[in-house]
Amino acid sequence: MNTCSTRVGADVVDSSRRLAMQATSSLGLFSALVSIGMLTPGTAAAQAFNNAAFQAKGIVDTMKALGAAGAIESKDVIITASDIAENGAVVPVGIRSALPKTEMLALIVEKNPNGLAGAYDILDGADAEVQMNIKMGQSSDIVALVKADGKFFIARKEIKVTLGGCGG
Amino acid sequence: MADPMKIRASFKDGGVDLRILMAHEMETGQRKDPAGKVVPAWHIQEVVAAVNGKPVIKAHWGPAISKNPFLRARIKAAKIGDKITVTWVDNKGDKRVDETTVA
Repeated sequence: MNTCSTRVGADVVDSSRRLAMQATSSLGLFSALVSIGMLTPGTAAAQAFNNAAFQAKGIVDTMKALGAAGAIESKDVIITASDIAENGAVVPVGIRSALPKTEMLALIVEKNPNGLAGAYDILDGADAEVQMNIKMGQSSDIVALVKADGKFFIARKEIKVTLGGCGG
Repeated sequence: MADPMKIRASFKDGGVDLRILMAHEMETGQRKDPAGKVVPAWHIQEVVAAVNGKPVIKAHWGPAISKNPFLRARIKAAKIGDKITVTWVDNKGDKRVDETTVA
C-alpha cells in the first residue's frame, strides 16, 4: 500500500506485468487504463474548469496552468492551518483573502503527486473564505493562491505531516 | 445514489456560516488494490452552493481533498429563511443535490 511516491504511469507498468504473470483478467487492466485516461472527459460538461491545472505537478507548474505565473506574496492572503498535521489523510486548511474583488481562491500542495487540491470561484454573495480538509502525502509547503481584481497573490506555509496521507 | 450531505447553515455575525459534509470515497488514483492494480481515481469534481437558486460559490476539486469531504464557507448575501442548495458532481458523473434553510 506504500504507493505514495509512485506515479500513476509506473503503477500501470507494474500492474500490467503482474497481470501478464498471473494471466488473470486483462479486462481489469483495460478498464484501469480507461479510467486513468478518462479522468477528465465524460463529465467534462459538468466541469468547465481548467483540467490541466489539476494534472500539473508542483507549485510553479500549477500556477502556470492557472495563468498565475508571477503572482506576488501578500499579507492579505491568510492560511489557517496548524504547523503539524498528525494525519496526512485529513489536514484541515482554511484560506481567506482580505483583498477587495476576490474572484478565486486555490490551494496548492507542493509535494503532492498533483499540486492543485482545490480551487474556488467566489461569486457575488460569498465571502472570500473557505475551509476544507486535504490529503498530504508528506510534509510540504502549501500555497494559497488568490485572484483579486484580475491579479494573483499568494501566501505560503509549511505543514509537517507525521503520518502519510495516501493510504486513505 | 450517494448518501445525503449534511448541511448546516447558521446565521451569525451578519453572514451565513455554511458547513457541508459530503459522503464520498475520494479515491486518489495513486493507490493499488491487493492484486496490484491501480484503483482508479474517483472524486468529487465540482461543488456548487446556491442561495435561493443563485450560485454563490463554486468549488473545483481534485483527488487531494480528503475522504468524506468537508467544506466551510461564509455567505454574506444570505439571511435567515433563505434556501441553500448544494450540488456536487464527481468524475464518474454521479451527482447529489441537497438543500437546507438558513437558521
